[in-house]
Amino acid sequence: MSRRVDRRGFVVSAVAGLLAACGWDGGRTFRPVLSGVSRFNDWVSQLLFSGSRRAPKYDPNDRSRSFPAYHISGMTPRLAEPDTWRLEVGGLVRTPLTLSLDEIRAFESVTYTVKHHCVEGWSAIASWTGVPFRAIAERAGVLPEARFVRFDSFDAGYYNGWDMESAMHPETILAYGFNGRDLMPDHGAPLRLYAPHKLGYKLTKYLTRITFEAERSGGYWEDQGYPWFGGV
Amino acid sequence: MDEPLRRHHWIVRATHWAAFVLIFGQIASGLQIYRAYPRFGERGGPYYPNLFHNVAFPEWSRLGGWLAGGINWHFFLMWPLVGVGLLYVGYLVLSGEWRKLLFRPRDARPAVEMCKYYLRLRKDHPPQGKHNALQKAAYTAIVLLGILSVLTGLAMWKPVQLAWLTWLFGGFQAARYWHFWAVWLFVGFTVVHVVLVFAADPASLRAMITGRYRGRFTSDEP
Repeated sequence: MSRRVDRRGFVVSAVAGLLAACGWDGGRTFRPVLSGVSRFNDWVSQLLFSGSRRAPKYDPNDRSRSFPAYHISGMTPRLAEPDTWRLEVGGLVRTPLTLSLDEIRAFESVTYTVKHHCVEGWSAIASWTGVPFRAIAERAGVLPEARFVRFDSFDAGYYNGWDMESAMHPETILAYGFNGRDLMPDHGAPLRLYAPHKLGYKLTKYLTRITFEAERSGGYWEDQGYPWFGGV
Repeated sequence: MDEPLRRHHWIVRATHWAAFVLIFGQIASGLQIYRAYPRFGERGGPYYPNLFHNVAFPEWSRLGGWLAGGINWHFFLMWPLVGVGLLYVGYLVLSGEWRKLLFRPRDARPAVEMCKYYLRLRKDHPPQGKHNALQKAAYTAIVLLGILSVLTGLAMWKPVQLAWLTWLFGGFQAARYWHFWAVWLFVGFTVVHVVLVFAADPASLRAMITGRYRGRFTSDEP
């Protein structure tokens, strides 16, 4: 009976097609569709994001026994001359800044113990100390046309673009302390971006420059396909 | 013989096969994502008991090629899958068809009788309507499993914005754990479902494709 054969043929080709699809990242035709939907998911994430909602806090005793640290350079990026390091703040601001670590430490600091979420699926609890990003932004005087922020590093060109609302969240900090000590080179010394409401790859380490922008910047991983918003 | 029974509305048939393909894709892309951290528990442990602890699933079982590809497939397919789920449940509610599918307390005793039949403790097949009590239990459970998958997925996607939901499932790693368990329940359901289609009622396969049924369970009662 032809219908029976057709049905079997349909099932066989459907299963074969599904199996062949595995390992496929979408190819040239479908990858744009996937990244289009990823942009839609960024928009949904932005809707779900609250600029004032605080992340759950933990006790310092809850800190994880291990906390992986990633960088894209072959070796852990280290400054040859830490004393000459400066953070540059520029772009769409009234007063561009060049700040030493001591000047950054002079701002009122924030310390919290939170859970870190990695896009890979792991999580780890740690304490972070730093200055709210917002305080630096206020010092520089952000112009109204600035809608995005770009963070650059000395880790082989690693960078991230952020939306302004996430950056201005009171728990978005420029961190120089980790678990009660100075930030170690593995974790982005001398200064890194930290926020409990973003995935780890959005949290630029080894900071060199903060740029306020009108247009959205991508990011090292974002340009390769990771979700741009990366909020949790 | 008589005209075949019109058994399944086209919405039921379309959503059935769409859900099959989409869940297949979600599992394959989910296994790709799992590969990046193939265990459950905070870094440094302790870890949850897991048969697949540190197991790398074979390449043919994974969709996406690498982590970002897996994520992008997973976060794309989730939308049509949720849409299909809402359409299916919405149809059941509006058509009243849910009466034939929802497992209710009064189905408990017939379910025991069906178990006896399968265990050969009773010879004759217990009388049934469109579905027997065990089918109702399975088809009710699979909808609940779908809801669980969506909620644990949301809890993993937004553990800070939806912290209350993540907390409800026992935390971020626990949400991952239950989401992963849902995979094996879906797989187990599908295996039993397909075996029983062929063993107990092969005509039901055609009914799920064309809508017309010529099998032995001719009653259309709830």
